[in-house]
Amino acid sequence: MSRAQIRDRLLCLLYFINFLYLLNPANAVAQIQPPTTYALTHAKIFTLAGSTIEDGTLIIRDGKIAAVGAGLDIPSGAQVIDAKGLQVYPGLFDSITQMGLREIGAVSATVDSAESGGYNPDVVAATAVSPSSEHIPVTRAASITEVLAVPASGGMDSFGSQGVIGGQAAAIHLSGWTIDEMLIKKSAAMVLNWPEIETQTFDFATFSRKEKPYSEAKQEYEKQVTEITDWLERARHYAQAMEKGSAAKYDRDLKLEALVPVVRGELPLLVFADRSREIRNVVEFCDKQRLRMILAGGSEAYKLKDLLRSKGVPVILRPMLTLPLDEDDPYDRLLSQPAELAAAGVKFAFASFDNSFARRLGQNAANAVAYGLPYEEALKAVTLYPARIFGLDGQIGTLEQGKLANLIVTNGDPLELTTDVKYLFIKGQLTSMDNRHLRLYEKYSKRPKAQ
Amino acid sequence: MLNADGLRTPLLYFVCVLRLVYFPHSASAANPPDAPAVILIRNATILTVSHGTIEHGSILIKDGKIAEVGASINAPKDAQVIDAAGQFVMPGIIDCHSHIAAESVNEGSVSVSSMVNMAEILNPDDIDIYRDLAGGVAAANILHGSANSIGGQTLVIKLRWGQPAAKLPFEGAIPGIKFALGENPKRSNFSVPGQPKRYPATRMGVEETIRGAFSEARDYKKTWDDYNKRAAGEKNLIPPRRDLRLEPLVEVLEGKRYVHSHCYREDEILMLLRVAKEFGFRVRTFQHVLEGYKVADELAAAGVGASTFSDWWAYKVEAYDAIPYNAALMTRRGVVVSINSDDAEEATHLNQEAAKSMKFGGLSNDEALKLVTLNPAIQLGIDKRAGSIDVGKDADLAIYNRDPLSAYAVVQKTLIDGRVYFDRQRDIAERSEREKEKKALIDKLKKSAEKKPEEKKPDATVPIGQKPAEKKPEEKKPEEKSRKKNPNRPQRAASARRPFCPGVRCEPRANSRSSPLPPLLH
Repeated sequence: MSRAQIRDRLLCLLYFINFLYLLNPANAVAQIQPPTTYALTHAKIFTLAGSTIEDGTLIIRDGKIAAVGAGLDIPSGAQVIDAKGLQVYPGLFDSITQMGLREIGAVSATVDSAESGGYNPDVVAATAVSPSSEHIPVTRAASITEVLAVPASGGMDSFGSQGVIGGQAAAIHLSGWTIDEMLIKKSAAMVLNWPEIETQTFDFATFSRKEKPYSEAKQEYEKQVTEITDWLERARHYAQAMEKGSAAKYDRDLKLEALVPVVRGELPLLVFADRSREIRNVVEFCDKQRLRMILAGGSEAYKLKDLLRSKGVPVILRPMLTLPLDEDDPYDRLLSQPAELAAAGVKFAFASFDNSFARRLGQNAANAVAYGLPYEEALKAVTLYPARIFGLDGQIGTLEQGKLANLIVTNGDPLELTTDVKYLFIKGQLTSMDNRHLRLYEKYSKRPKAQ
Repeated sequence: MLNADGLRTPLLYFVCVLRLVYFPHSASAANPPDAPAVILIRNATILTVSHGTIEHGSILIKDGKIAEVGASINAPKDAQVIDAAGQFVMPGIIDCHSHIAAESVNEGSVSVSSMVNMAEILNPDDIDIYRDLAGGVAAANILHGSANSIGGQTLVIKLRWGQPAAKLPFEGAIPGIKFALGENPKRSNFSVPGQPKRYPATRMGVEETIRGAFSEARDYKKTWDDYNKRAAGEKNLIPPRRDLRLEPLVEVLEGKRYVHSHCYREDEILMLLRVAKEFGFRVRTFQHVLEGYKVADELAAAGVGASTFSDWWAYKVEAYDAIPYNAALMTRRGVVVSINSDDAEEATHLNQEAAKSMKFGGLSNDEALKLVTLNPAIQLGIDKRAGSIDVGKDADLAIYNRDPLSAYAVVQKTLIDGRVYFDRQRDIAERSEREKEKKALIDKLKKSAEKKPEEKKPDATVPIGQKPAEKKPEEKKPEEKSRKKNPNRPQRAASARRPFCPGVRCEPRANSRSSPLPPLLH
């Protein structure tokens, strides 16, 4: 055997071994290195930062937007996507979901969205987000590239108590093999379910409705507010101990430690409140306590728009796809609220509040436009504004050089019901829009005609 | 014996007084509109649903019926003219699964509750009637809940806001009965502390419950048939004792009552079709039917209608295979499909829910519109009178400011029997007057409360039927006031806490009115 023959046989053997190795799908996936550079050409680009580019190019490199503009040079080695006739937008951001924390609402084994007990500042949503949740690809197919996974934020399984301090919400990309690959920000907000003065409650232990006098309900409310104040006071003392003493000099308390960034004003509170009385109370409370606050829910935010604007409190609005709170409210009370808030200068974003309904995020924003909100404000309220509210606008929310390439390429208005997403990028990766629903559709479309 | 009427009269009186005090305006707003005998809608884009779209078209309405549809119709001289330039007219939406206008929804104590009837508990003052009307809905199938294998009797209503309960039923519509399969009747996701598990607790038991009931119904029918035969010739024959539970099931066997069956999984769908075949009755519609796409051929072959959701999923195991392509897939296999609400809020945008089937499964505009108009009309047997814009049909119409298959469309007017029951401009115009009136009443109440401070006591328990007047002084903030306006109504404040909660799956508003059970899925 000549040397060349030996070399050829060895090479053959090597190829064969490599082939066997690749036959294992896990290895095959690991082997594939997707392109790192893309060029979207001839697209209409809605940057949401300045003007819209009619015949634009967008270059993606190493996960980020390398350049946006008209007539840009295409880098060598870039995968080119001709987007003629298509439109490019930042991916949508759903800033209140239980993504990865709840699979099937009625099955508690699949639900990790609310811990038991009233005060859980130390629990972290990122810990329990399941990267292989079927909700993630379904939501992604609805133009949504990132979400906040928010503990104790209600949703369809929320029949029981959500607690008072519910834990830390995580901002995540809707793509990644592990939570570490998905994370945008592990701790983006601390959830606070502000107590309500409730004269009517439902008692789950006895399965009956309870009524109590207003005075009694108010007392209970005040007791809870005192409790919250007390937790914050203790956290302040704890922060002082941390600053002044060495770790050996105080007993470690994980719950208080988790509250330290809140009392320092570094971590915002995401406060769930809907009625104007509770909203007013909590805004004044946070102001007095010098805490950063984001209002969530805000069904009656319009009643306090001046206060919210003057205190700079942004609102994550409950979907307008909810009926008005009171019987004598105008039928379109919630639909017209966004326009009213925008006119008053209150900052707000839309969110689904429930990942089963995440794909209605765009519909929700469009409905607000139907009732008077300027279109661009609606678009920003599902992209830039939530990013800004959670301090992530340096990374996402617009199509600007240096930001993460989380974007969608559509055949039309991304808020309209009938628009299709053609391409979707997360962290600069062209990401599959295959999902459970599409798979079932394709499978059963092919069912042979029944006999 | 307790005289129920004796108790009811003061109660009703109390409610009436309370309504007058707290809702003077809603009472007046609820007056049915006048109906001009002749109306001409012109310059509109007319989505007939049955025979295409007419640009710049006109619709002539006479005595509540559509008299003429076409490109140009001259206005008769006595006609009221609605100029709909730039606007879109479609048939009034028909919601094939609704729980509005109902004082209660679930008689869930027994596995067969066919004796109860939604027609007897209609509440014409339910504000959700108006809200859905404002969403273009003209008619709705008012269903009993899904807590039992065989539920209560159902009826179709028109959303004639302001009319008394007796005027709501859709004249001549065939009455129905609610069946339910799967997790709800077997009570998978619900348990009441202290109450034992009820039969059936499995899908096997659900089938046997239905078979058992129809076996009885068959025997019962035979007893009556025998009696009727003999009664012709024999005198002094004693008739069999009436059974109010079995009578509706006999009507089902005789084809006089439609079966609307709640279901999710493919296997239970086929189960009911088998049972129906065994006993010789037809299932009129499967409701929800989220796995209908898996057995679409079987549904088409059985000639059963399917009424489903646009895109709800994952709230329970049997909804985990739900896909937004369901309506389109079933349509493509020849099933008559509708999209329903099951929820007062969802019903306010059924036009948008229908549009989703264009994206998910590629239905055409007309096919999508049919999902909430002509198809539910066919399913409910009212297609001779509703569901499309055709001469001779009732003038039930929804007028939008743009194409209703868009998320940007807003209902401008809803007409029923040629009357404008909802008018957006009128609603907006009346708001400031309502606010003024409400404020004046609150002030008046405050003043009258201040006059009798000696009555200010801790309001422990107020016996039913007594006005809790002593509560008033404590209510300082207006929003508190509005929450307490009617103690007989559910307080929406509780649901405010609960984020986006389309009724049924969490806490149906209608249900919460009468039952202390919170999460009943209908």
